[in-house]
Amino acid sequence: MAEVPAPVATTLPHRSRTGRQGVRGSAPSGPPGPPGAPAGAPAAHGARAPREVPGWLWSLPPVAALALVFLYPLALVVQQSFSPENGGGAFDAYASVFRSHSFREALGTTVWLAAGATAGCLVLGFVLALIIAFVPFPGAKGVAKFIDVFLSFPSFLITLALLFIYGTVGMANGLWTGVSGSTEGPFHFLTTPWGVLLAEITYFTPFVMRPLLAAFSQLDTAQLEVASSLGAKPARIVRRVILPESLPALAAGGSLVLVMCLNEFGIVLFTGAKDVTTLPMLVYGKAILESDYAAACVVAVVNIAISVGLFGLYRVVSKRAGA
Amino acid sequence: MLVHSKTGRWAAWCLFGLLFLPLFALPLLVVVTASFSTHWSGAFPSGPTTENYAAAVRGESLRALTTSLVTALVASLLALTTGTWAALAAARLKRRGKRSMDALFMLPVAVPSVVVGLAVLVAFSKPPVLLNGTSSIVVLAHTILVTAFAHQSVSAAIVRLDPAYEQAAASLGARPAYVLWRVKLPLLLPSLTAAAGLCFALSMGELSATMMLYPPDWMPLPVRIFTATDRGSLFAGSAVAVVLMATTLLVLLAVSRVRTRATYR
Repeated sequence: MAEVPAPVATTLPHRSRTGRQGVRGSAPSGPPGPPGAPAGAPAAHGARAPREVPGWLWSLPPVAALALVFLYPLALVVQQSFSPENGGGAFDAYASVFRSHSFREALGTTVWLAAGATAGCLVLGFVLALIIAFVPFPGAKGVAKFIDVFLSFPSFLITLALLFIYGTVGMANGLWTGVSGSTEGPFHFLTTPWGVLLAEITYFTPFVMRPLLAAFSQLDTAQLEVASSLGAKPARIVRRVILPESLPALAAGGSLVLVMCLNEFGIVLFTGAKDVTTLPMLVYGKAILESDYAAACVVAVVNIAISVGLFGLYRVVSKRAGA
Repeated sequence: MLVHSKTGRWAAWCLFGLLFLPLFALPLLVVVTASFSTHWSGAFPSGPTTENYAAAVRGESLRALTTSLVTALVASLLALTTGTWAALAAARLKRRGKRSMDALFMLPVAVPSVVVGLAVLVAFSKPPVLLNGTSSIVVLAHTILVTAFAHQSVSAAIVRLDPAYEQAAASLGARPAYVLWRVKLPLLLPSLTAAAGLCFALSMGELSATMMLYPPDWMPLPVRIFTATDRGSLFAGSAVAVVLMATTLLVLLAVSRVRTRATYR
């Protein structure tokens, strides 16, 4: 155990020290026994028993660390949203932000983009996972690996790639002008919300596919064989057997993607479109570009409320799904 | 097997190819191709060159690469330590305590990373703790963001851990610290390295919180890619992006090798 405390303390040389000394001071010789200690253990350790630390004390250092570097800053954001630096009433910042056109537009854009991207990811992810799992082809395993690798790349790479594919002088427009002879291609959606939607669907679909593939691998294939031997067509099997079985995985993956889309920043930033503003973009713009921290904190509080609420929902859904 | 007819199977595979290739394979291919080109006006790029890579591994880009590597390494180690400690401590708690601790450590995932950046900026730009403008504020933000993932994967592994091993060790007279160091942690090693790889990859690609608080002398790779492409140098940016992807992949590969050697269960 001696190896564990040292690095944590370096993250937090400030407040966790008290917690750590408390633990050290009361447990100089031995940390508490294992959780599932057999009944005979107290007799064997009887001599040391009074010096043992109760289990909850061990959870204090990490919780204190989290409180100092995460909960305390969040509390400060909430506090600052209620007390603007240049004076004024507690809800002045809220009133002015809620009244502003840019906030309402950003809220609307964020919600419809997230909802649209989630719906797109669910449909696309279901179809792709279905084919990988039930119409396997040589290399299907490799594709599943590729999906895992895809997840480890940052999201803005997709927008960067879309610039080359659908940009004004990119691949698609180049092909079009080459074939039709016109001077300008038909694809100009990249700087509109549709470009962001396409990038989000591309990037987040693997997040739906992974739980789905896991659920499909647990599905008893005998069910499919029976249904098909009884004369059910593939579409009917998908609708009546596979879809009900995969609903929990779909719900869990979908709500995770919804939260992640609401909070997506890199994709929108790289699009570089002036008229696509989401809540995270608004936080960034208010804080860094306009130095209006009170307004940034208000938008941040709204953003936290929406996404923490949805994330709670995701936890409940995924617990129920057993995922 | 869901589809039994040959034509049906081919139709499904064609549908898969039509959806998968343009949506997932093409973007990565395009970025790699662009990193070797100087122009892209038309269907295909032109002007093959390796100059973009020469620029990507020297000067400011090289500094950004080392910055990202150092940040990701330190943040992953800190996150792994905190997350593992929290997961081990939570496993000893009763049901309710465990649940609330899990929820607490998952909270950073739910909070938008831009807001995490803003919060850290607001909290540590004023006394008593003045970190604004230093490299440690970036490392701190990354640590907060990836700790949740470390905690989640380690606590999932602890649940699967067979308690018989530690009970056997304890019944043979091993002290709890010894049980932890020689029994539990070695058994958890595969998931610890997997968690380390995940944290590293996430930290390497982190942009949102970093944009809020990076100081001029500590610019990680994703920010470097953004400033390059924002200025219009898309091809140089692509080369840096490929360097970022390759580094992430290499580290993940190395980590998975450690895992296979450690899996002796």
